[in-house]
Amino acid sequence: MILSTLEYVPGRTVARHLGVVQGSTVRAKHIGKDILAGFKNIVGGELKAYTDLLSQAREEALQRMQQQAEAVGANAVLNIRFATSSVAQGAAELLAYGTAVELE
Amino acid sequence: MFEAVFQIGLQIGVPVLLLVLGFAVGSFRERRHYRSIIAREAEFRDLPVFSARTAPSIDPPPRTEMVRGNVVISIDYFKRFLAGLRMLFGGRVTAYESLVDRARREAMLRMREQARSRGARFVFNVRVETASISKGAGQALGSVEVVAYGTAVIPATGVA
Repeated sequence: MILSTLEYVPGRTVARHLGVVQGSTVRAKHIGKDILAGFKNIVGGELKAYTDLLSQAREEALQRMQQQAEAVGANAVLNIRFATSSVAQGAAELLAYGTAVELE
Repeated sequence: MFEAVFQIGLQIGVPVLLLVLGFAVGSFRERRHYRSIIAREAEFRDLPVFSARTAPSIDPPPRTEMVRGNVVISIDYFKRFLAGLRMLFGGRVTAYESLVDRARREAMLRMREQARSRGARFVFNVRVETASISKGAGQALGSVEVVAYGTAVIPATGVA
C-alpha cells in the first residue's frame, strides 16, 4: 500500500478512484503521565509522553484508513491529510483521510 | 499573629517561587532548544522541504513515502503568567510566539530526520497542523502539539 500526501504517484497512473477513506482514533491522557506534565508546565519544555501518545494514535488512524482502503480494493491512498479535534476535556480525536485509488 | 504572617508568606511565596523557577529553568531550556534547532536546521540544509503540491518529474521515477514528525511542547509558569497579563491589555503575546515557533520547527526537523533515514532527497506537499492540548483547566493555552507531514521523494537508484 502506497501512502502519499501527493495527488499522484510518480511513474504510475491511476486506474480507478475508489472514493475517500478514513481512519480515526480517540485517545485520552494518562494520569501518571499527567503528573509529570504538571511539572513540565512549570519549567516548560517537551512533554515526551504526549508526543509519543499522539504519534502512536496517528499511526493507528493511518492503519485503520489503510484497512478501509484494502477493503475497497485499493493499492494506494493519495492526498492524505490529518485532522485533530478535542472531543472532551483531556481526550483528542485524531483523523487521517485520503483518496483510495487503484494504480495500474 | 505569626500564623497569619506565615499564611500570607505561603500564599505569596509559592507563586513567586514558581515564577522564579519558571523563568530561570524555562528560559534556560528554551535557549538550549533554540541552539539545538538552529544546529539541526543547518545540518538538514541539503534536504529541502516544499509546500508545493507536485514534485518535479525525475527519470527514473522516484519512490515516494509518507513521513511525519510531531512534538508536544509546554510553556513555563513565568511565560504563562506574562501571557495572562498580556490578555488584559491585548496585543502581541511574545511568550506564545516562541512556543509555537519552537514546536513547529521541531516537528519539521523530526519529519526531515525520518525522511533522511529513508534516503530521501526532498519532501513535498508538506502540511503543518497545530492543536492545543490542555485547554480548559486554566482557560489559557498551556501546551501545543504540532505535526508536520509530507511525502518524501526517494531517488530510485539510491545514489545522488
